[in-house]
Amino acid sequence: MGRKLLLEHINVPGINTFDVYRSKGGYAAVEKALKTLTPDEVVEEVKKSGLRGRGGAGFPTGMKWSFLAKPEGVPRYLVCNADESEPGTFKDRYLMTHIPHLLIEGMIIASFALGAKTSYIYVRGEMMPQIRILEKAIAEARNAGFLGKNILGTGYDLELYVQPGGGAYICGEETALIESLEGKRGNPRIKPPFPAIAGLYGCPTVVNNVESIAATVPIIRDGGDEYAKIGIGRSTGTKLISASGNLNKPGVYEIELGVPVEEFIYSDEYCGGIANGKRLKAVVAGGSSVPILPANLILKTINNESRLMSYESLSDGGFATGSMMGSGGFIAFDEDQCIVRNTWNFARFYHHESCGQCSPCREGTGWMEKVLHRLEHGHGKLSDMDLLVDVSKKIEGNTICPLGDAAAWPVASAIRHFRDEFEWHVTNPTEAVSRNFGLAHYADPLSKPEEVA
Amino acid sequence: MVKVTIDGISIDVEPGTSILNAARQIGGDIVPPAMCYYSKLEGSGGKCRTCLVKVSKGSEKDPRPMPKLVASCRTTVMDGMEVQNITSPEVVEARKGVVEMLLINHPLDCPVCDQAGECHLQDLGFEHGAAKTRYEFDRRTFERIDIGDKIQLHMNRCILCYRCVFTADQITNQRVHGVLNRGDHAEISTYIHKAVDNDFSGNVIDVCPVGALTDKTFRFKNRVWFTKPVEAHRNCDHEKCNGKVTLWYKGEDVLRVTARKDQYGEVEEFICNTCRFDKKKTSDWVIEGPRKVSNQSVISSNHYDTLHPLPVVKTNPVLQEANKEQFERETRL
Repeated sequence: MGRKLLLEHINVPGINTFDVYRSKGGYAAVEKALKTLTPDEVVEEVKKSGLRGRGGAGFPTGMKWSFLAKPEGVPRYLVCNADESEPGTFKDRYLMTHIPHLLIEGMIIASFALGAKTSYIYVRGEMMPQIRILEKAIAEARNAGFLGKNILGTGYDLELYVQPGGGAYICGEETALIESLEGKRGNPRIKPPFPAIAGLYGCPTVVNNVESIAATVPIIRDGGDEYAKIGIGRSTGTKLISASGNLNKPGVYEIELGVPVEEFIYSDEYCGGIANGKRLKAVVAGGSSVPILPANLILKTINNESRLMSYESLSDGGFATGSMMGSGGFIAFDEDQCIVRNTWNFARFYHHESCGQCSPCREGTGWMEKVLHRLEHGHGKLSDMDLLVDVSKKIEGNTICPLGDAAAWPVASAIRHFRDEFEWHVTNPTEAVSRNFGLAHYADPLSKPEEVA
Repeated sequence: MVKVTIDGISIDVEPGTSILNAARQIGGDIVPPAMCYYSKLEGSGGKCRTCLVKVSKGSEKDPRPMPKLVASCRTTVMDGMEVQNITSPEVVEARKGVVEMLLINHPLDCPVCDQAGECHLQDLGFEHGAAKTRYEFDRRTFERIDIGDKIQLHMNRCILCYRCVFTADQITNQRVHGVLNRGDHAEISTYIHKAVDNDFSGNVIDVCPVGALTDKTFRFKNRVWFTKPVEAHRNCDHEKCNGKVTLWYKGEDVLRVTARKDQYGEVEEFICNTCRFDKKKTSDWVIEGPRKVSNQSVISSNHYDTLHPLPVVKTNPVLQEANKEQFERETRL
C-alpha cells in the first residue's frame, strides 16, 4: 500500500469541515511555517522536496518560487490555477470537493512564502459546487483566525478570494488565466515578460496548480527531505492520478511516483484491470494533450524495461516511443475503442477551445478536426495521414501558448502508433462505420529495436 | 548599444529593440514579413506568426540557441544575439506553413477586392504560398456588415491581426468594436451592430493588412494600380490631425485619400475622417508631388514603368542601344 499524503484522511466523515480537518492535524503546517520559519526557509523546504508542478509541465515548484521578482513597494500575487479542464483530468475537482481545507492551508503557506498579501483561486466556471465549498471553507478558516489580518498573531495578513472563470480551457494557461482574472478576454500573453516579473495587474505573480499548492502542506509539515524520500529519481512525492476509461475501478488515486504502469492498471489496490475482461489497447497517460501510446509501449519502454508512473519514465523514448506525465489524466482504452474516433474527439475539443489569437492554432486545429472527421466517417484518403502529420508539425512550436502543441501531439502520436487503423478506415470505409478495428497487434510484445549501423 | 547579427549581417541597435526592428534597420530581403505587428501601435504583434525567426545564439553571455522559433516582432535583442531568417530552412518552412494557414479560410477574392495591389497577405502569398491549396473543405463565411456609414467590414477576409482593435484603443477616444467568439469562428465586430463613429475611425482601414476593412467611398471605384498616388497636405482644423495625406488620382478625380505609408505599409501619421472621406477635390489640397512607390509594387508598374520594352524599341537597334540600361534592368526582374 503506497503512502498517502494528500488523501490520507479523505474517508473521514466531515473532513470538508474545519473542525474535523483541524482535529486530524490540519493547519499544523501553517502554524509551523508562520511561527517557526521565514518565507525564504519555506521556499528552501519546497526546493529541497523536489516537488514538480502538478499541472502538466512538471517545472520544479521551488525554482518557480525563487524566480519571483521582489521589487520594493509592488504587491506580489499568488494565483491558484483551479481551471482544470483537460479532458481526462479531474483530480483537482475531487480534492476541492472533498478536502477543501488542504488547498486553503496550502494557499496560506505558499502566499506566506512568496510574501503575497492577496491570493486568488481561479476556479473553472462549471465547478459551481466547488466554488461554494471553497467559499465556505475560506469563511471557516477566517473565523478560526487563519485568514485575514494578523494571522495567528504573527503580523502576516492574507486575503483569499475565489474567482469563477468563464469555463474556457485556454484560461488554464497561466497568462490567459491572469488576463481573465483581470477581467479581460482570456487570450494568452506573449512571453517574455513571464508572470514572475509582470503578471497579474503587472505585478510579480506565481501561478500554481491546485495539487502543487496542496502538496506544500505535507512538505512543510514533515520537512522537504522527508517528502523527497518518496518517489523515484527526480520525480519525488505522491501524485494524484485521475484514472478513467475502460477500467474496473476508475477514480482518483494517490500514487507514490515510481509505481509501475502495469501495477497501476492491473492491481486491485488501484484500477483493478480492464473492465469486462477485455484487453488493453491504448493509454493516454497524462490528459488529452499528451501523446497516446499503444498497450505494448505503455507497459514497457522501447528498451524492454518496465514503464513506471514517473515524469522520467513516462517520457522515456521521447516523442517517438514515449509520452508525458502531464496533469495525470490516465485514460485507458480497451480493444473495442476506435482510436480514429478518439483522435477526432480530441481534435474537436482543441478546435473548439483554441482562442483564435495566433494563426497556426486557430486555422490548423479546425483543419485537423475536419480531416479527422472525414476519416472517421469513411470519406478519408490515404494521403490524409501525411497531411495530418504535416499540419500538426506546422502548428507545433509555432504558437504563442502550449495549446498549439497540445492539439498537435495527440494527432501526430495517434498516426505514429496507430497508422494501420487509420489506413483501415480509408481502405474499408463501409466496415469502418459499422465496427471497430479491434486490438490488432497493439498489445503484442515489442520486437527488439534494430541496431542502427 | 547591443550588437545583433541577422543572417550574417551585424548591426548595433539600442537595447530593447525587437529583432524585427533591428532587421528593418538593416533593411532588404532579411526583414521578416509582419502582418499583425504595427510599430505605431503599442502591444501589437506576436499573433500572426509570419515573422518567426530562429535564434541560433541567444546572447554573448548565454550562447544557447532558443528552443523554438520566436516571433521577431516581440522578442528583444540581446548583445551578441545571432538570428537566422531567410538563411534557415526551418524558418522558411514554418513561414510557408503559417501562410498556408492564413489562406485556408481566406476567400481569395482578390479580383474583386479593393485591397488587391496593396494587400500584405497577397504579397505574402505570392512570396511564400503554395500554388495549390490542400484544404478541401468549405471556407468559413460571414455576412459583410457596414460599421458606420464610411467603413465596410468584410469578415471573410480578416486574419484577426487585432490591429484595428489596438487602433481604436489607442488612436480614438472610444473603442466600440472588438473580437467576439474564439477559435476559428472569432470575428471582429461591433457589439449588437453598433456603428463605429468617431473622428479617427477611418484609420482602421489603413492599418488593416488585408481587405477586411474597406473605404466605402472608394469601394469598387478602381483598382489601386490604375490610380496615381500624390502627396498633399491641407490645414486641418482637427487638433490631432496635421493633414498630411496621399491622394490617389484617376485622371483629374481624387478617388481616395489615405494616410502616408512607409515601405512596410505602416502609416506615418494618422489622419482624421474629414481629411479622409470629405475632402476629395484637388482644390482642398496643396500638392507636394508624386508619391514614391517601390518599384517592386504592382502600383508602380502601371504608371512609372512599362514592364517590357515597347514593340517599337524591340525592332529598332538604335533605340535598343539607347534604352539598354533600362532593358537590362527590366529583363533582370
